[in-house]
Formats: sequence, structure tokens, C-alpha cells
Amino acid sequence: MKAQIVETKKGTRCRVFEAGAGAPLVYLHGAGGLLGDNPFLDQLAQRYHVFAPEWPGYGESTGEDLLEDMLDFTLHGWDLIDALGLRQPHLIGHSMGGMIAAEMACLCPREVGKLVLVAPAGLWLDAHPIPDIFAMLPFQIAEALFVDPQAGQQLMTGGADLSDMEALKEFYITSQRRLTMAGKILFPIPNRRLSKRLYRLTAPTLLVWGAGDRLIVPAYARQWRALIPGAKLETIAGAGHMLPYEQPEAFVRAIGGFLG
Amino acid sequence: MKFTWFNLMPWPYLPDDFREKHRSVWVDIPNTLYDPARGHHVYHTYLDQLEYAETLGFDGIGCNEHHQNGYGLMPSPNLIAASLARRTSRAAICVIGNSIAGYNPPIRVAEEFAMLDVISGGRLIAGFPVGTPMDTNFCYGQIPALTRDKYREAHDMIMQAWASEEPFAFDGKYNQLRWVNCWPKPIQKPHPPIYIPGGGSIETWDFCLDHDYNYSYLSFFGYLRGKSLMDGYWERVAKRGKDESPYRAAFAQIICVADTDAEAERLYAEHCLYFFNRCLHVFPPFADPAGYRTMATIKYGALAQLTLARQKILENLTWKQLVDERFIIAGSPETVRQQLEECIKGLRIGHLFGLFHTGDMPDWKTRHSSKLFAEQVMPHLKDLWPEWKHDERWWMHPMDDRLRPEERRPGAEKSGAEWKK
Repeated sequence: MKAQIVETKKGTRCRVFEAGAGAPLVYLHGAGGLLGDNPFLDQLAQRYHVFAPEWPGYGESTGEDLLEDMLDFTLHGWDLIDALGLRQPHLIGHSMGGMIAAEMACLCPREVGKLVLVAPAGLWLDAHPIPDIFAMLPFQIAEALFVDPQAGQQLMTGGADLSDMEALKEFYITSQRRLTMAGKILFPIPNRRLSKRLYRLTAPTLLVWGAGDRLIVPAYARQWRALIPGAKLETIAGAGHMLPYEQPEAFVRAIGGFLG
Repeated sequence: MKFTWFNLMPWPYLPDDFREKHRSVWVDIPNTLYDPARGHHVYHTYLDQLEYAETLGFDGIGCNEHHQNGYGLMPSPNLIAASLARRTSRAAICVIGNSIAGYNPPIRVAEEFAMLDVISGGRLIAGFPVGTPMDTNFCYGQIPALTRDKYREAHDMIMQAWASEEPFAFDGKYNQLRWVNCWPKPIQKPHPPIYIPGGGSIETWDFCLDHDYNYSYLSFFGYLRGKSLMDGYWERVAKRGKDESPYRAAFAQIICVADTDAEAERLYAEHCLYFFNRCLHVFPPFADPAGYRTMATIKYGALAQLTLARQKILENLTWKQLVDERFIIAGSPETVRQQLEECIKGLRIGHLFGLFHTGDMPDWKTRHSSKLFAEQVMPHLKDLWPEWKHDERWWMHPMDDRLRPEERRPGAEKSGAEWKK
């Protein structure tokens, strides 16, 4: 995928990966950011014009101090789409990105093509408290995110050797920077009252969930469906919270079937 | 030198297998380990010790704020300070302090500190910590990345509330109050001395220097490990063109005094090990949520707090390590005097917060150690900074005609008649 730096009207500078042709599709990553390899994006680019921005605080994107709360995050999503000159793109958001995509669609429902929410954050059920990702050791994070934590840890670190101090420092600083940003809408409870705005959604909506999601358990999928009448749900076997990375083919198939 | 007798107020009944059974002494410690009936006796013992410290001639007595913490029983230090304000009359009351980013609205701190200053007759030292991540973020729910910004705003509101002579509107990002009007107001003018306790965030140094506040480095790891950080602070002081008064800085130190070095080990070792091996058993992610420390501080401190290495140091500590590496200063009066002089001069501090009660130390040992210190150590260290002898900028300025407990009459015969007229 090729990358470009896009400057929004507000002044953030974001790296946006881009590939393919066809209907525009914007993919919003989760709190962990885009990983080194994102094969599902390459596969989506065979059918759609894919844009995958990195949020300020992630990768080469900057301007994190300009975004402080949920409304800032939501408007930033639209600012990016304006800066890219896109009209009614499909929105796909994973985890934190799903929370942002849903907020964007609630704010400007007529500007969205179709909406795909992949194990989105943003709701809270007292019966199913979401584990506190801000209070986890690295191996615990992998256990919460992946059905196969060992393979997951490899994916998260990009195979870096964390017994090497320099590599460890690099990994630590990068992940602190990401979660600093994510904490603004996820800490201490990832609920910024999105549920009271979901009635505004008009775009056809697909929910995609990993059957083995231990972070935002599938009970949340039922709650989302209850709040978005008509939303479809695809559950993917052999996947946890990181389903786009764990089962890319099944993930892309589910999306292709919905977007057409 | 000013010596303040400080008690963290640990819970002294953590079980022997605490480390093995529980991941953290802080945030998610099982509250079934707390027994309120025992707690009654614990609070009164600790409060009595603080009052005793005044009679021994300590310049100040101190308390602090922690939440959901096995080594700190003071979620509200102001309640402790209020009790001390009534029962003492000479020592400064050092509340180090209120973690103001977690108070909603922060005017509450301006009010309560003013009450304490008035009740104590102007003896309050007011501490404004950012608060540990355990307290401020995990227990009190503040967003780590915004904590410092919220802290600065709370500070501004409190200081404006104390300074202003008429009601004003405060339009903050986190707090909006149409009518700020601090009532009562503190005795000390323009405000009580302000202490900023810090762990090692470099932003805190500039904040202290911008406002000429005292910087208090609160560490449990002693002066050898505190040296490089305090050197960094003093370099910053010089760079900013401020004078080098040692009273700009304070340091906390665990101190145990006995008749001989061997006696110190015999009396205090088990209690110090209780503190280091049980009370400091904190689940590492609670100490370092992303966003609490700025990127500048992370890069400055490199990996110091990152790895489990720090936690590893604390496993299986021995008395010899504690003493040799100067985590604690313990021994005969002469040993303690020598090492403390090295500490005070090495760090260039004018204020020492002495932690004389440690871990599950019983009352009599605490008093024994404190008394030996007051009689045989403190007098030799009082005048370590002769050239700054008259620097009172960071110390209390009480009313001369304040009431003293021995002069007050809680009984009936003269109750309240004087102030009625």
C-alpha cells in the first residue's frame, strides 16, 4: 500500500495508507494501531478503494494534543475524510476504531455509505465488565486479544526480540504513545454514552465478532444488535478480539458479502 | 534544618503470604483484609504518635493521601490533620497533600485547607501532589493523559480562590464555577507554604520553580538512589537562575535509631522488611498507565520504571541490603547522624520527612526510635545550613496568639464567653 501524509483543517498530520480502486472504504484501527502486516487491507483493496489512516499518536501521525475527548475524535474522523476528498465512504472500524466509526455515523448519518463495526468498543454491560487494558502486563494483553496468545504476541511485536533492551524500549515507547491517546476515550471505562446516540444511525450496519473474543465478549454483539435495529451480525470462528488479523480471509469474506 | 515526623499509616496486619496470594497492595487489595475494629486502635495509635512527635520537638508532623492502599490508611489526610490541629499547637501540620486532580470541584481543597490553617492558627503546610497513578487514575478514574492538565487547572483555581477578595467566575476546561468565593480563607498570607511532592517527573521541577514552591521528593529507596534525580533538580534550579536555598527541597527517609547498630537490626529489621516486602508489592501496570508520564519524562527516565527489575529488587530484600544500600538509615545515634548528614548535604535538602513508624512496627519501638532521634541525632543536624538560617520562605508563619490545647477549656466553666463579647 502507498502512504501519504494528510493534514486536516484542524492541524493534525496523519499518515494514510491507500490502495485499490472502486467504492471508497475507510478503515479505522483499534487502540493497538495498525500492525506491521495488515493482509486483510490488501485483500479488501482488491475490490475497494481502501484508505487506512493512522490516528494521531500512532505511527507517523501527529497532533495528538489537538484531540482530547470523544467529540474531538469524532470530528477528526470527518476532518480526515474531508481532507481526503471522499464522499459517502463505507466506514469500517475495529474495536476503538469501531467506537469512533459509530460516533461518526451518529453525528453525520447521511455521509456514510455502509457501516461495519468490528468488535467495537463504546458500550458497557455491568454483567460483562471489559478487562482493563490499561492495567495489563504485555503477555496478559496478548491473552485478552488473541485466541492464540503466543502467535498474537508475535504479531503485536512484529517479531522483535524484546530481550534486547533497545528493542524493548522502542516497543514500550511506541505502545505508551498509542495508549496515551486511546485512554482519552477508553479510560477508565470505554463508555462515552454512545448508546444514547445510536438511534440516529441510518446506514446499513454489519457487526463482525470473533467467537472467542475475551476482551469485548460476544454478549456485547447482542447489545449492539438490540440498539441498532436491522443490524446484521457475522460471528467468525477461530478468532478473538483481533479477528481481522486472526482470520483475515473469513473477515474479508464477511465484509465483501455485506458491502457487495 | 526542619524535621517533620511523618507516618504513612500502614495496615499492620497484612498476612505472611500476602505476596504469594495477592498481586497488589494497592488498587485491588482485597478489602476483606481490613478489620474496622482493629482499625480503630490503629488510627488512635498512629494519631497519638504524631502528637507525641510534637512533644519531642519535631518541627512538623505530616500525613499524606492514598486510596485503596495497604500501606496508607489516609484516603482523607485532611481528617487526620483536623484531629492534629486540635491537639497540637507548636508543630507545623504538613499535609503532603491533596491530590487535586481528583477533587471535584477543587474549591473543596481551598476550603478545607483554609479550615485547617485557621483551626491550627496558621500552621498548615499545603501539599499539592499530582497524585500517584494508582490513586489518581486507577482509584479515582482520571484519564492519565489529561491528569497533568487537570492538575494545573485545579491548582490555578485554588490559588486564585485564596488570593481573590471578591467572588469570581472560573471558566475552566474541567471545572466551571460561576461563583468562586473562598470562605473561610487561610491565616497565612498570601497563602500557606506550598509543597509539591514528586516522584520524578521533570515537568514538576519547572512547575515548582515557576511558582517558587518546595519540591518534595518522596522516595522509599533512600538517598543514594535519590541523588541523580535531586542533582537534576538542582541543575534546573541553577539554569532557571533561582537561589540555591536548600529549603526549596524536601526528601522522605525511613529512619530507625537504637542504642547500637546491632540493636537496630534486632528491634527494627522485621518491620522494615514487612514494609518493603509486603507494603510495596504493587502490580507494575498500576504504576505506569500510558499517558500518566509525559513522553519527555519517559525518554529522560529511559527504562528505569519499565521493566520488572524494580520489582525484582524488592523481592527477598534483607536487612543488610536495606542498610548497605541506604534504602533506610538505621543504627546507633552516631551511625544515623553520619548517614543523615551525608543524605542532607548530598541531596541539598532543608526539609526532611522522617518515616519513624515503618511497616508493622509496634508503638513502643516507634516511640523509642523517635525519642533517641530527637534527643541524640536531631540537635546535631539542626544547623547544617547556617548561611540559610533565616530563610523562612518555605515554612509556616503561625499566629502568635493562637490557642493551645493546654489553655483551651473543653469543660464548662469558661466556655466560649470570651469570643462572645
